[in-house]
Amino acid sequence: MRVVEHPILDQLDTSGTVTIYYNDQPIEALEGEPIASALMNAGIRAFRTTAKRHEPRGIFCAIGRCTDCMMIVDGVPNTRTCVTVVRDGMHVRTQDGLGSFERQGAE
Amino acid sequence: MKTIQTDVAIVGAGSAGLSAAYQAATAGADVLVIDENRLPGGQLFKQIHKFFGSREHQAGTRGYRIGQELLSRVEKSGARVWLNTLVYGMEKDCSLGVIHNGEHYVVRAKKVIVAAGAKENYMAFPGSTLPGVMGAGAAQTMINVNRVLPGERILMLGSGNVGLIVSYQLMQAGAEVVALVEGAPRIGGYGVHAGKIRRAGVPIYTSHTIKRVLGTNAVEGVEIVEVGPGFVPIPGTEKKFDVDTVCLAVGLNPMTELIWMAGCAFCFLPAFGGHVPLHDSNMETTVSGLYVAGDVTGVEEASSAMEEGNLAGVAAAESLGLLSPEQAAEKKAEITARLNTLRSGMFGERRRTAKEQQLNSMKHYRAKEAE
Repeated sequence: MRVVEHPILDQLDTSGTVTIYYNDQPIEALEGEPIASALMNAGIRAFRTTAKRHEPRGIFCAIGRCTDCMMIVDGVPNTRTCVTVVRDGMHVRTQDGLGSFERQGAE
Repeated sequence: MKTIQTDVAIVGAGSAGLSAAYQAATAGADVLVIDENRLPGGQLFKQIHKFFGSREHQAGTRGYRIGQELLSRVEKSGARVWLNTLVYGMEKDCSLGVIHNGEHYVVRAKKVIVAAGAKENYMAFPGSTLPGVMGAGAAQTMINVNRVLPGERILMLGSGNVGLIVSYQLMQAGAEVVALVEGAPRIGGYGVHAGKIRRAGVPIYTSHTIKRVLGTNAVEGVEIVEVGPGFVPIPGTEKKFDVDTVCLAVGLNPMTELIWMAGCAFCFLPAFGGHVPLHDSNMETTVSGLYVAGDVTGVEEASSAMEEGNLAGVAAAESLGLLSPEQAAEKKAEITARLNTLRSGMFGERRRTAKEQQLNSMKHYRAKEAE
């Protein structure tokens, strides 16, 4: 859920949007925001699963330090989604374990 | 691989790094500030509360406003700021390995200031790895910078200032904070922040901790338990809450990786969040020409970080011959006086003692080295 109205901060400008694809499903994102915030707004919480026990992981630090939010972004695994900004047409996939490089699909 | 030469290279464009950049650049140094993030300001821009202290610390001004002012001063000072730029390593001679716009660079600076900041601590309990358990700072970034609510019903663990302030800011952003839990028998942060939480009707459970977080693929609830002496859980005192998010405000630790690589000597100070580099009153470490400032020298808060940055910037400029010893001494005396005020009073005393220990360890180190 977006924080649009705020008692201290200016109203959020939601005019500029792009579309990203989460496991091929289109999601609307705001221009300039990190992937993680677009996913969180869409109600997606599990970003990857662990190598051994395939347990879900999501956002922990949100500043690019902990690497819990890594996903496969445009074919590149281990991309920190909390510090990577969305781009129109971007493909974001749930990563299992260390992930692997994917061939770019048709865009 | 290209080599960049500069007078002063600063790692980190947060409170400390920007302050150091301003001081060194206004003294006439060629300054390059490097930061991995896409925006400068470090963690200042998520601090939407009014700062504490006295007028010279901009008390009463909200953190993000302080960030905007600092940034505009740095822009006018002539310091260069490289964003989206990773410093992946430091050699013993303090040259930095840098990736900027996809290209590798070696940055060779006469003086290097590391102001890398700190990261949040983690706490383990059953369910602590479930999506929805996050750092309080992460939740703060989400609501105040990215403007997305991490959850609707939230339980906060930790009643230091971070736990208290972020709880309040979560409410301002529209979330419900169902409880604030603190392991110690009393609230850790300022009474004025705790008062705001209490007036909003949030129950504060001191001498309690999280027993477990419930859920399969994400947080669905949380169980807390009272703790007795030695933080031992008391059976039968469990309470369950229906929440979708659990925030951990259990301290921070300095991001000292680069400084370790450079071969600096360290000491262990729990009041500062762990291992911290030895430094002198100029913020210079045991490696000549390598300075530190801000949370990387020991976790405090943004105002102290800015003052340490000022100190490091002035000292670096002095050692480059850009400030006379008299000019530098005057500036350093003013900054040190302000730092001492920040480290005074009931809440500052512990940090003041720790800082004295750190400075004394440095003196001992240099005395031994001189033998």
